[in-house]
Amino acid sequence: MDFHQLWTILSTPDNVPIVLLLFVVPFYTWYAMRQAFANDRLIAELEANPEMAKTHHRKVQAWKPGWAREVHVWPYLLRIEFLAAIIVTVILMVWSITLNAPLEEPSNPTLTMNPAKAPWYFLGLQEMLVYFDPWMAGVVMPSLIIVGLIVIPYIDTNPLGSGYYTYKQRKFSILTFIFGFIVLWVSMIVIGTLIRGPGWMWFWPGTTWDHNRLIFEVNRDLPDIFGITGRVAKIIFGAIVTGLYGVGAGVLMHKLITWTPFNRKIYARMSVLQYVVMQTFLIIMLALPVKILIRLLFRIKYIWVTPWFNI
Amino acid sequence: MADTKGNTDGKPPAGSGNGAAGGNGGGNGAASGKLAAVMAGAKAVQAKAAEELKETIKAPEKTDVWKSVLRVKHDETPRSRALGVLSNVFLHLHPAKINRDAVAYNYTWGMGGMTFYVYITLVFTGTLLMFYYHPSKVVAFRDILYLENDVPFGKLLRNMHRWGAHLMVIMVELHMFRVFLTGSYKKPREFNWVVGVLLLVLTLLLSFTGYLLPDDQLGFWAVTVGTNMARATPLLGNQGPFGPQLGMTPFNDVRFGLLGGSIVDSNALLRAYIWHCVAIPIIASAFMVVHFWRVRKDGGISGPSPVVLASEIKDVKKL
Repeated sequence: MDFHQLWTILSTPDNVPIVLLLFVVPFYTWYAMRQAFANDRLIAELEANPEMAKTHHRKVQAWKPGWAREVHVWPYLLRIEFLAAIIVTVILMVWSITLNAPLEEPSNPTLTMNPAKAPWYFLGLQEMLVYFDPWMAGVVMPSLIIVGLIVIPYIDTNPLGSGYYTYKQRKFSILTFIFGFIVLWVSMIVIGTLIRGPGWMWFWPGTTWDHNRLIFEVNRDLPDIFGITGRVAKIIFGAIVTGLYGVGAGVLMHKLITWTPFNRKIYARMSVLQYVVMQTFLIIMLALPVKILIRLLFRIKYIWVTPWFNI
Repeated sequence: MADTKGNTDGKPPAGSGNGAAGGNGGGNGAASGKLAAVMAGAKAVQAKAAEELKETIKAPEKTDVWKSVLRVKHDETPRSRALGVLSNVFLHLHPAKINRDAVAYNYTWGMGGMTFYVYITLVFTGTLLMFYYHPSKVVAFRDILYLENDVPFGKLLRNMHRWGAHLMVIMVELHMFRVFLTGSYKKPREFNWVVGVLLLVLTLLLSFTGYLLPDDQLGFWAVTVGTNMARATPLLGNQGPFGPQLGMTPFNDVRFGLLGGSIVDSNALLRAYIWHCVAIPIIASAFMVVHFWRVRKDGGISGPSPVVLASEIKDVKKL
């Protein structure tokens, strides 16, 4: 156990946000889910008791007849905003007094940093460079993330859960988002920041960053395993395998989308266009963990090898 | 000095007519009488001024100056409370009243508002930093050293800008997380979610363009790694799929356009500086205006709203 190395990584000024992230993301996930479960209990109670549903104010927050449903912004909201501004200022001040912003040597194109890391919020994408070519990890994926986020409101046909925390009414969408945000985005950032060392090699927390370490990885392409050597044959083979993945993932996703009677009800509200867009993004999203797994388990680098691009 | 109500009746201040009172006398007696009258007049003016001043201090809200600035009464009536928010340019994006449960921290986490506050802090510290920084390869790094070691509070300023930027990225992501989990992107707020996603991208770009500006090894290599990806852009990058086939070289592809050259050098520094300090803040501010406007126009904050039961959704007719 090399505590010095661990401390060096954790206390690097630019890594402090990640350490912060390690605490705030689980905290707020718990904070949200706690409210979601509280609402779900209320929903179950109201579903079981239609009479109560007619008269209940339908919130877990306390409310009594005669109470105003709205309060004045001044002072009830503005005082909180002013307080929040003061607290944020104090936090930022204390943080800035106690910890200095990093400043390395003057830039030197002839002296490569090892590891050369992007800013922390792009480390998820840099981590993807291990599994995908730069055009995928650096260009296609960020674009798909942006477009994928943008289409969310237009493909989510579930009318429930608007304006309150809930889990049971939106299981599929919440699990999908948590998978994308926490598993694919935050945890990849954490791996890229805290675990990847020189040569972008995997160093478990507590092990020493050995700059001379070499890993002899023999990564093969899928067509080579099947003994396919011709260029055209490789293109066709790759296209078939990728197509098969698309069909398989699509079927799996369809099963998930129509898993429960409630899910089928939501599915019935979808237009064909909405369904196709949703399937496309889900299949691509699932491709990430699939590619990571086949790389780690079977040491397969590319599935689809062509002269112009490799996937 | 505030002009008080006492003056509105048009009467000239007492003692102003004393010149005529002493006019018919002569010699020493007359002169001293005149002097006494003037003194008495001055005293009266002084007393009047003191009284006006006292009134002004006692009730400044009654002066015309005060009224001209604040326009409405600030007493405890509901009307004044509402007007105090609605007639104030900085607060007018707030409604007069708000859902009683929305003011609790647990629903919104305050992330959107705090993100905006941190953005203002960043604009403020960033503007101050601009006074000490030249976006030029020769002096950029030296400016940072100067800022850290010689400029009063320079180090604090730079630290606040740096950590504020990180904080803003974290807060934006948490804000998006909250908006998703509360389903706040659903009808009629779909488009505001889109604006929010664009603001997230702009936040990341702001942070990224600022990374290069100290011109140290950290920023240089981070931006090198980042922009090398642009080389691999499909169709538009010299190493991307179908890029070479379309005639892309290191000197005409999308990376060249981003950096203003084929390597991260002085042109890249200047471009990062202008994107960071001028272009993206303007674009982001415009989107923020739309974002906040739409929050109000789409019905204000989304909740906490009463729960809807699955048995209550109406089946929609399909096309």
